[in-house]
Amino acid sequence: MSATDYTKTELLIEVIARMLDGLGHIAVGASSPLPGAAALLARARSGGIPRISVLSSLRHNDFTDGARELFDCAAQGRIDAFFLGGGQIDGKANVNLVGLGDYPKLDVRFAGSYGSAYLYFLVPRVILFRPEHSRRALVSKVDFISAPGTSPPSLYRPGGPYALVTGRCIFSFDKEACRFRLQSIHDGETVGSIRENTGFYFDCPSEVPRTPPPSAEALDLIRGDVGNDIADVYPKFAREVLSFD
Amino acid sequence: MAFNKVPVESVDAVAARVHDGAMIAVPPDYSFVAMAATRALIRRDARDLHLLAVPQSGIQTDLLIGAGCVSIIETAAVSLGELGAAPQFTAAAKSGRIAIRDSTCPAIHAGLQASEKGLPFMPLRGLIGSDLMRVRDDWKESENPFEQGDRIVMLPALKPDFALFHAPFADRNGNIWLGRRRELVTMAHAAKGALVTVEEIRDINMMEDETLAGGSLPALYVTAIAEEPNGAWPLGVAGKYEPDLEHLAHYAEMAKSANGFQNYLAEHGA
Repeated sequence: MSATDYTKTELLIEVIARMLDGLGHIAVGASSPLPGAAALLARARSGGIPRISVLSSLRHNDFTDGARELFDCAAQGRIDAFFLGGGQIDGKANVNLVGLGDYPKLDVRFAGSYGSAYLYFLVPRVILFRPEHSRRALVSKVDFISAPGTSPPSLYRPGGPYALVTGRCIFSFDKEACRFRLQSIHDGETVGSIRENTGFYFDCPSEVPRTPPPSAEALDLIRGDVGNDIADVYPKFAREVLSFD
Repeated sequence: MAFNKVPVESVDAVAARVHDGAMIAVPPDYSFVAMAATRALIRRDARDLHLLAVPQSGIQTDLLIGAGCVSIIETAAVSLGELGAAPQFTAAAKSGRIAIRDSTCPAIHAGLQASEKGLPFMPLRGLIGSDLMRVRDDWKESENPFEQGDRIVMLPALKPDFALFHAPFADRNGNIWLGRRRELVTMAHAAKGALVTVEEIRDINMMEDETLAGGSLPALYVTAIAEEPNGAWPLGVAGKYEPDLEHLAHYAEMAKSANGFQNYLAEHGA
């Protein structure tokens, strides 16, 4: 059964959660409320199977060796999935978290690369998320590569991009071709509207499925335990976007 | 008064130990941030500080940059989290008033771990192909000496003059309890000294209690302590008090303009 009345945020939480089914350890980094909620949803509906480590959370984080433990775990292959946003993401899945313009004289300065230049290489399933799906955000070539989407085969790189989730669609990433492929489009979008708002070339099958809506069960969880749990780390997100107080 | 060679001082005296031009390691907002000492640094008009964010920072860095205390910052990111961009950091980055050494979280941890071990460098995976390699001329791409063709990056040791942080409590001997916030331990091990503010000084010896000893930083790394209740405000101390979200939102708004920022400093004793 699926519900008809849901928000874009709820859809994106559900979309990301589906990509986490069956994984053992999911880590969530800084400024990642959507992935945080998705990881909590994946855990809630699988009876608590995946281990979840949410950066800066006390309740959803069992690390005891300080801020470095996440990275050491990732390097050992102890983390299955991680998430990266990005001021800019390009068609080769390069991610820019530093700024717009010519470094160091940037026109717009973003926060910084965080752990991207490391975790993108080491975590097998890195899910890119960018609710704003526009030519400003999804560009043909990023101004600064915080973390590259692909590397030469000789480089040690067990990890990399798995998918890109936006407010309009889901792209999967084809590592061989080094290109995104349109996987499904959200309600209200067409292949044309996706092309119009995407700054990079992507592969497109002849029939593109619709992104399935969130199930009633998922919505109940998001509006209940998940909303409550994510408020621990992202109170503003929980309050404003999930209407959770 | 002094406990076993670790002096206990006022927060202003502790801040006065930070000389102009000093390299200071500071923790992220979700750790234990010495905000009262940060205001003391601004009061004493510290200049040319070289901040090392371990591995990222927020309001502390934004305040110090806005007050003109900083000339270099090495960091993986500066942000006010859910409240958005750090306005003074962003403005200073655009104007070129500060030098930013863009890094990535594990590179900062690794540089400190090299210093902990007294090593000149530490190798690290990842990084190759990132523009960080292009702009960081102190990072060297090299080869794994044990496996031909395996490219790996060497990062120079990071050796701060001081680690500056807050903590829930110290004991009478200057041992500091940090619990699971062990990036503070790494910072203190790597730095030449640690300047620590604490919520309280307890008349106990942590080393006689195995439970407490495991979550502590021994006094041998500690340069000076200030007892400063609520010393992380407006940030929080896990298990003691929550971040003051209303105040942080007020700061985020005020710091958007130069005038607003100066008014904020005047309002809040810095």
